[in-house]
Amino acid sequence: MILGFPKSWSTLSYLTAICFALPLGAICIQALVPDEAVFGHLMQTVLPTYIFNTLALMLFVSLGALLIAVPAAWSVARCDFPGRNWFQWALLLPLAMPAYVVAYVYTDLLDYAGPVQGWLRQVNGWQSPMDYYFPDVRTLGGASVMLALVLFPYIYLLARTAFMEQSPSLLHASRVMGAGPWRSFWRLNLPMARPALAVGAALVAMETAADFATVSYFAVPTLTTAVYDTWLGYGSLAAAAKLSAIILLVVFCLIGAERFARRKQQLFQKQTPITSHERYALSGSKAWLASGYCAVLLLLAFGLPVWVLLGYAWDYFEVSWSQDFWQYSLNSLTIALVVSLITVVFALLLMFVRRCSPRKIDMLPSRLASTGYALPGTVLAIGVLVPLSYLDFAVNDLYAYFDLNGPGLIFSGTLFVLIFAFAIRFAAIAIGSIENSYKQISPSLDMASVTMGMRPGSILTRIHLPLLRSGIFAAILLVFIECMKELPAALLLRPVGFENLATYVYQFVSDEQLEQGALGAIVIVLVGLVPLIYLNRSLEQGN
Amino acid sequence: MSTLTIEQVHSDYQGQAILKGLDLVLHQGEIAALLGPSGCGKTTLLKAIAGLQPISQGRISINGRLLSGPDVFVPSEQREVGMIFQDYALFPHLTVAENILFGVKGLSKSDRQSRLSEMLALVKLEGLGGRYPHELSGGQQQRVSIARALAYEPELLLLDEPFSNIDAKVRGEMMVEIREILKQRGVSAVFVTHSKDEAFVFADKLALFKEGAIAQYGDAEALYALPADKYVAEFLGQVNYLSCEVSARNRLNTLLGEVQSSSDLDKAKGYRGELLLRPEQLQIAEDERGEGTIIARRFLGNLCHYSILIGEEVLAVRSPLHHFTEGQNVALSVTPHPAVLF
Repeated sequence: MILGFPKSWSTLSYLTAICFALPLGAICIQALVPDEAVFGHLMQTVLPTYIFNTLALMLFVSLGALLIAVPAAWSVARCDFPGRNWFQWALLLPLAMPAYVVAYVYTDLLDYAGPVQGWLRQVNGWQSPMDYYFPDVRTLGGASVMLALVLFPYIYLLARTAFMEQSPSLLHASRVMGAGPWRSFWRLNLPMARPALAVGAALVAMETAADFATVSYFAVPTLTTAVYDTWLGYGSLAAAAKLSAIILLVVFCLIGAERFARRKQQLFQKQTPITSHERYALSGSKAWLASGYCAVLLLLAFGLPVWVLLGYAWDYFEVSWSQDFWQYSLNSLTIALVVSLITVVFALLLMFVRRCSPRKIDMLPSRLASTGYALPGTVLAIGVLVPLSYLDFAVNDLYAYFDLNGPGLIFSGTLFVLIFAFAIRFAAIAIGSIENSYKQISPSLDMASVTMGMRPGSILTRIHLPLLRSGIFAAILLVFIECMKELPAALLLRPVGFENLATYVYQFVSDEQLEQGALGAIVIVLVGLVPLIYLNRSLEQGN
Repeated sequence: MSTLTIEQVHSDYQGQAILKGLDLVLHQGEIAALLGPSGCGKTTLLKAIAGLQPISQGRISINGRLLSGPDVFVPSEQREVGMIFQDYALFPHLTVAENILFGVKGLSKSDRQSRLSEMLALVKLEGLGGRYPHELSGGQQQRVSIARALAYEPELLLLDEPFSNIDAKVRGEMMVEIREILKQRGVSAVFVTHSKDEAFVFADKLALFKEGAIAQYGDAEALYALPADKYVAEFLGQVNYLSCEVSARNRLNTLLGEVQSSSDLDKAKGYRGELLLRPEQLQIAEDERGEGTIIARRFLGNLCHYSILIGEEVLAVRSPLHHFTEGQNVALSVTPHPAVLF
């Protein structure tokens, strides 16, 4: 806090925050304007199904992810078995897998023409689909399984930490009072981890609500696909915005639940520091069971899809290694680099003001600018299009007023809209990273510099920037990677003829030709591994 | 001439009064301790002097220049105060030399270099200018922060619990050393602490805080010998209270018989009250028929602490005599001193 901190800094941060909160505001306003034909039609026909599908998907995915994550988390946190140290971090790998790639791979393996059914037919001598029952992958249930397979690490991560932070003396108390490991788990470990599990389930549900590619590929109509179709099919921005508002409502409920659970989590995990990590030493069949469970999970969610992708890439290398592949990779890199630099600059500005300003209300801009992360890609795209196309029309009207030829859609029809949307979506990551880094800098350093005659600007450049270096680097890296992976916003906002790696790969997925784009998918997975290594390192340091 | 003048300073935080009308005057070259339990407002006052915390009423001036007052607020960077922080606040990305010269402005290159050597010599860190803060011990870091605060020759030095992170074994030595540096250069300083022992060693004057107000301000010895009220008396050391009645200008009747004060009493004859007696102001003598009985004995090394029952009151006594035992009858007498009555 610096008394007499110049107001100009604060003004600048407010302007930034307003720009970053624009899409959220636009959708809220759009949701309130009177109804029109397209939305009314949707309401009467398909909207109830979409809402049902969305909610059902969220429920199934959260439950499924809980079911597979909790045993893995408990084994890794509380038991010793062969490969535990390795599984501990390897179980995070599925996070790097785009769900639509997993979905594609399993469809390929499990559908009628795929190797699994082919093998069954050969072994049993079946002739046609009439002879036997095999579950269809491309359904709501199938989509739930695919999403649960790639999203379970969120719950795994939180549950593992929760189980690890449970004080060993509580467990000792429970054991002394006669409860065995199994009873202790149900009566002690699991209930104490409940808030952490709730946080994880809320995150998984949020990611599910935001998913576009998987459900679109499986042709399961949800609210996100409806937004996409309404905008690209009917061309109705207003109806798409109304649908987006419904998604937002769902997301905000989840955020509320997540916040609530996090507060509980602080209560439940507020234990004395743990001096020793005591674990059950498993042996024999129990050890094999634990190792086997983790191995199968990892294989299904990561190993098998990667193996299949590598196979595709090998077989179709000539086709994949194309001019297009290089061009689109370069496009992705450029966009990601520009966006990460922009977000970091603004995040620095916002956090600097937040730290130095003595005015309480100056806390607000950094919070406001972080709201973008809550918006699913499709919703964000619509939220950005609403104000920018309005702006474009205004500019062209102005030209027309002076009898000039308008410049066209300079905001909503160019890369500007894509960069703007990405920056809004990922600003929260940069802000969070720099905020964490700021926490390491003692406030007395600011006070010392001020008493030695430093002006705020030079405190930023001479003290904060050098000390924030690692936070800035982390912010750039994380934003960069998210930009490489982001799909739905890119699909909706890319200018005509522009492709990046994610849209390129998705194009092959929806054309049932991922074999030819496997190289791109592998690049996306590899890039996605970087933050996991980073996360793992910070966890190891935490331990 | 007074270096620092504080008049009727009030400060509020979220509608709660933190400072409730403080007055304090510090003369050139003096060291004052702001002493009190945590949460009593002493750090708030220090930050208000540095311009790091707003005040709601009153005036703060240094060398006659008004810094905080009605419609006046001089920002920190223009106040020319030096501040030493509990965590030293050394810039981790700068070397010791760069830290020390951070606040030095308007000097030629050679002058800067000589200022640096002077400072390093002052705090006995010659040859360590090229190190980074994390390569130094806690005590060395503390000395760098002193050198950094003195290097730009501030009008006033402010110290916020500077010794709380120093190992107890070297703390005493460190305090004496730094006090000598300040005295040698005639620096006026204000020092925040919650420890009376630190305050006695380091400061000339004490301002004892109680819930946002100064209970008493003055020379350290005067506060100990002539506390204004029981709070001050008890904060600065162990106490006994003995009921008494004033019998003459400088005489009192007590359970221990007649006690003579070495100065005139401020209470009229016939006043009934309590006489303040520090444990070291009582003397024990062997006496079979003495009116006191030893009910507890605690060995402290150089001294022995006795609890002595006399009438219905228990008195704490510290004595270099070790040989008294529990249950023994003793006689008690009061060492002559200016008596304090409440």
